[in-house]
Amino acid sequence: MKRDVFQAIADPTRRAIIALVALQAMTPNAIAQHFDTTRQAVSKHLRILTECELVQQEQKGREIYYSLEINKMKEIDEWLEQYRKIWEKRFEQLGEVLEVMKKQKDEK
Amino acid sequence: MEFIVNKETQTVSITKEFDAPRDMVWDAYTKPELLDQWWAPKPMTSRTMVMEFKEGGRRFYAMVSPEGQERWAVQKYTSITPKSNFKFFNAFSDENENLQLPGSDWDFNFTESGDKTTVHVAIYNESLERMERIMADGGFQKGTEAQLQNLEELLNKLSQQTGRASE
Repeated sequence: MKRDVFQAIADPTRRAIIALVALQAMTPNAIAQHFDTTRQAVSKHLRILTECELVQQEQKGREIYYSLEINKMKEIDEWLEQYRKIWEKRFEQLGEVLEVMKKQKDEK
Repeated sequence: MEFIVNKETQTVSITKEFDAPRDMVWDAYTKPELLDQWWAPKPMTSRTMVMEFKEGGRRFYAMVSPEGQERWAVQKYTSITPKSNFKFFNAFSDENENLQLPGSDWDFNFTESGDKTTVHVAIYNESLERMERIMADGGFQKGTEAQLQNLEELLNKLSQQTGRASE
């Protein structure tokens, strides 16, 4: 099943996992130690992140290591930029409304 | 404008100073006829259907796209301290106010310094997916390649958050 990247990062635990594996490749056990949750729950999150191609797996000896998929992170970054722009625009508009309010007050 | 996204705590934090007295900024946030003038980023428009600005009250409104598509949302006021703070629970809904959960919690703070007012907005449990839908409705353009150059910055932020999380 093809998942959407925003669905993947809508969950706080998954976001925290992304932050962890952004720094270094980690095994599921090492990741699980950072959370107050079961190893199974972490595995499920890792599966979703893998399906979204946000993390990649690499077999090293007997262990599987997860690391961040850089290109997918660009999508998120792009998204955050859009979100920031919405707020900029909104506040720019509020500034204009306030200017009009000030003028009206001065005229009274 | 300061804009910080903390993925760890799922919080978006926005701070902006306005060259206007606090009473005026407060009115712009709490009176529907003023709010509708600026709340929706153009080319979208904001259309408030109901607004009872009191604790337990709500604002029921639509963000309307240039094509006329309406995206309804309800903001339930959970706490109001006149002129300095208010909070609401925000959720998308259908045109009959049936909420689409989960929603997010918004906290607005207003502080005055001289003739200027600083607004600080904190949004908890924000869903990127939800905002993505709003942007899709509004026909916002996808970012350019140039905007993608912030990857390094993003990764730095992520690593700082990891540092904080392990403290």
